[in-house]
Amino acid sequence: MQTWSLVSMCVLLGIVVRWGVSLNSYSGAGKPPMFGDYEAQRHWQEVTYNLPLQEWYSNTTENDLNYWGLDYPPLTAYHSLVCAYVAKTINPEWVDLHKSRGYESPAHKLFMRATVLVADLLIYIPAVVLYCLYLTDGSTKKKVCTVFCFLLYPGLILIDYGHFQYNGVSLGFALWGVLALGLGWDALGSLAFCLALNYKQMELYHALPFFCYLLGKSVKLGLMGRGLFLLVRIASTVLVTFALCWLPFLSDPGDAMQVVRRIFPVARGLFEDKVANAWCSLNILIKIRSILSSDSQIYISFACTLLAVLPSCVRLLMKPTFWQFKLALVRGIQLIILPLFLKDGLLVPYAVTSLAFLFFSIYLLSALEHCSEEELRLGAFHKLLFCLPKLDLFYISVSAMAGLSVVTVALVPPTHLPDLFPVLVSSTAFLHFLGTFIYFNIVQFSEPPSRKSQKKND
Amino acid sequence: MAAVDSWSWFPALALGVSFLKCLFITAYHSTDFEVHRNWLAITHSLPVSRWYHENTSEWTLDYPPLFAWFELGLSHAARHFDPDMLLVENLNYASPSTVLFQRLSVIFTDLLFIYAARECCRCVQDQKGSRDVLNRPSFVLAVLLLWNFGLLIVDHIHFQYNGFLFGFLLLSVAKHLQRQHLQGALLFSVLLNLKHIYLYVAPAYGVYLLRSYCFTQDNKDGSVSWSSFSPLRLLALGGIVASVCALSFGPFIAMGQLPQVLSRLFPFKRGLCHAYWAPNIWALYNTLDKILATLGVRLKLLQEAGLPRASMTGGLVQEFQHSVLPSVTPSITLVCTLLSILPAVASIWFRPRGARGFLRCLLLCALGSFVFGWHVHEKAILIAILPLSILAVENREDAGIFLVLTTTGHYSLFPLLFTPAELPIKVSLMLLFTIYSFTALRKLYSGRGSLLRPLESVYLLGLVGVAFACEVAFPLSPWQQKLPFLPLLATSVYCSLGVCYSFLRLYASLLRPPGKPKQP
Repeated sequence: MQTWSLVSMCVLLGIVVRWGVSLNSYSGAGKPPMFGDYEAQRHWQEVTYNLPLQEWYSNTTENDLNYWGLDYPPLTAYHSLVCAYVAKTINPEWVDLHKSRGYESPAHKLFMRATVLVADLLIYIPAVVLYCLYLTDGSTKKKVCTVFCFLLYPGLILIDYGHFQYNGVSLGFALWGVLALGLGWDALGSLAFCLALNYKQMELYHALPFFCYLLGKSVKLGLMGRGLFLLVRIASTVLVTFALCWLPFLSDPGDAMQVVRRIFPVARGLFEDKVANAWCSLNILIKIRSILSSDSQIYISFACTLLAVLPSCVRLLMKPTFWQFKLALVRGIQLIILPLFLKDGLLVPYAVTSLAFLFFSIYLLSALEHCSEEELRLGAFHKLLFCLPKLDLFYISVSAMAGLSVVTVALVPPTHLPDLFPVLVSSTAFLHFLGTFIYFNIVQFSEPPSRKSQKKND
Repeated sequence: MAAVDSWSWFPALALGVSFLKCLFITAYHSTDFEVHRNWLAITHSLPVSRWYHENTSEWTLDYPPLFAWFELGLSHAARHFDPDMLLVENLNYASPSTVLFQRLSVIFTDLLFIYAARECCRCVQDQKGSRDVLNRPSFVLAVLLLWNFGLLIVDHIHFQYNGFLFGFLLLSVAKHLQRQHLQGALLFSVLLNLKHIYLYVAPAYGVYLLRSYCFTQDNKDGSVSWSSFSPLRLLALGGIVASVCALSFGPFIAMGQLPQVLSRLFPFKRGLCHAYWAPNIWALYNTLDKILATLGVRLKLLQEAGLPRASMTGGLVQEFQHSVLPSVTPSITLVCTLLSILPAVASIWFRPRGARGFLRCLLLCALGSFVFGWHVHEKAILIAILPLSILAVENREDAGIFLVLTTTGHYSLFPLLFTPAELPIKVSLMLLFTIYSFTALRKLYSGRGSLLRPLESVYLLGLVGVAFACEVAFPLSPWQQKLPFLPLLATSVYCSLGVCYSFLRLYASLLRPPGKPKQP
């Protein structure tokens, strides 16, 4: 069948699944006084529409930063402003200053969900389609299957359309950046990635691979010739993009500093919301919180993060191929946020989408014979863990996740360990992350698979 | 694509669509949800003698007794989800557990439909050595059946148990295609006792079984060989039908409640058309009547005060009185329906064409009843669409008719989901199914020209225009307040043209003289 029909069917199915999930509850539904991320986004529309730009990030009488103050970079604020204009034309009550706090209605939910879908349709989905069609190897069928798996990835759908966020925008921009770099358009790639950074500061996780790849490429081209030219072009693109995004705030350096302080709230500490990371897991063994001061915790965490990604970045610097770049990007930390979903009443969509995704990725991958052992380098991996047989590792991991999910829902935690289940989930997530981290390190440092023989088989 | 087990794609398709159905659990559901909850309550809480007399709720039991037994069975499972839904007084009770249970029951009973779809796929011949799974007729049929847009939105959003019932119908058809006629007859008797709307297609069954099963042989020229009549087979068939009906109606006949049950099953007080006109001939008739009435008033041929006030703006059911053209009574519709299916039924008596001829006759009976029937629901178009899928993957001409009928029929279901929250779902799913059916069938019959005639393509493109006008342009226009029924009317009339056209084309393909070479 023609590619366009297969791809359009994947996209349509993706839209149906997304909208199906969005019919469910959102973060903080019906839970005054603070509600949740949904109310935060609505509040940002209220703030950006009614208040002058200089007050968006400051604590004023009109703008109480304790109630969901803006803590994402300016592009999010501009996006909220655009949405607020649309909201105002439909129903001004949605963005009334102060009076619209905690506003909830079916029509408003429809509007908010629609904004997420529109953003996805404009930014994320085209990036996915173009990336899979032009930058992945293999037959048309393999590419379509990749589009399918990408679009049905449950994590993003559940967070954006369930919990309520706009991660599709920042991830979409980042993906446009990767796409541009893959096609050799380095300046455009940097532009796209800067937009992603200015939308959500979390994209900094991906900044190091981008930086190392582009730097390595420039060095390879020769710092006295074309390399320097490339470097200058990229640097100026980055500077101009940042300047344009921050332009309204640059008139007063105090404003700009306030924005930075909101975006990087080092006062909040490392243990926010028991998100899956090393510190939560380590805290089980060593009570870090009690040993180190808040500042030392931050410095050590920064140092460790840098150390963890250093090997891959060095490798990327020395060998700036696009394939190495893609591998380094996988360092993006994935969070399994089951407790968060439970808080939002999203259990059924979570179960359904995760199961479906697992089933179909396994089915499609095996059907396409995509995962030959040689490609997966599982051999090297298992030299490390020689005690465990190959396939069982995968099933153990799946059963652990499934078991944890069931247990978190069905059982009540013991009273002296009230946060037992979220911490267990965090730790399991971190173990998975560690495992895949080591695995990808092994893959990156061994030879890439022979591309020529792969092409012959297709 | 290598190393895919033959038929391993079937569980993948079934599982995929089941996951999708789970995502619609919290979507809009219609009053049919309350109907079934009420029936759960009635069958669980009241003794059998009260089932067909109970009228606390306006949604009285109006399906045959076997369905009531089915609801009784479900109610025992319902007890574990939320016992309060089983109280008859709890009108419009819709707690989250109730919604979850009801939705899951539909998804679960769809297993029968999935099994039936698999049996139908096994009856369809695949070309030997076709390596590409996506291009096999059985694969295409599986998608057309399992992922059917109409079934998805009627069952899993609007809320009904059609998947379960169509499972019986398709399984019965599959059994006949596999020449296991007694099993087919049994399944159809059960189906009739579950929902009596399938009486529409009973003539096809009756005549086919009589002609091709009870007469064991044909003469050389294809005519009836009276000497080969087998009374044993007739007895077997009669016994099966009688025993199923006895099982279903028996208790009620014993209690002397048969007239009451029948009056509930066939409430002819309802109007010629449903509140939203199904796209059949009577929609065109009503529209013509309206146009003539308006013209008559304009040209001063009629007095406006003399015209009956016809409200088309909605409400439950009402009599629509015609002002200019003669009124239509139930008997007239019955006569029209019988006349319309007579040639089809006669055709399989005088010129039997095996099980596929039977299937064609079944389709014509379904469509004929849809086009000419009394108080037809637009959902009844599915009785024609689903069996036609089987013919569509085997025969090129049927594929063309299928594309027209399915697209038109599915679009006519749009007014069922009128909430804004469900709009993206219904549009995306419709596009998904339409794109698939067009591209898959085109690929299946590639290299032999276009499947659709130019006029048909123009008609279907016009459907896009109608859709845009009704869903987008009209709600934003000033006429929204004055003439709220206009989109429904437009949809109804436009779709009736497509449905009636498909009916005529199917007839032509059945009555075509046998000498003409059959299209591959």
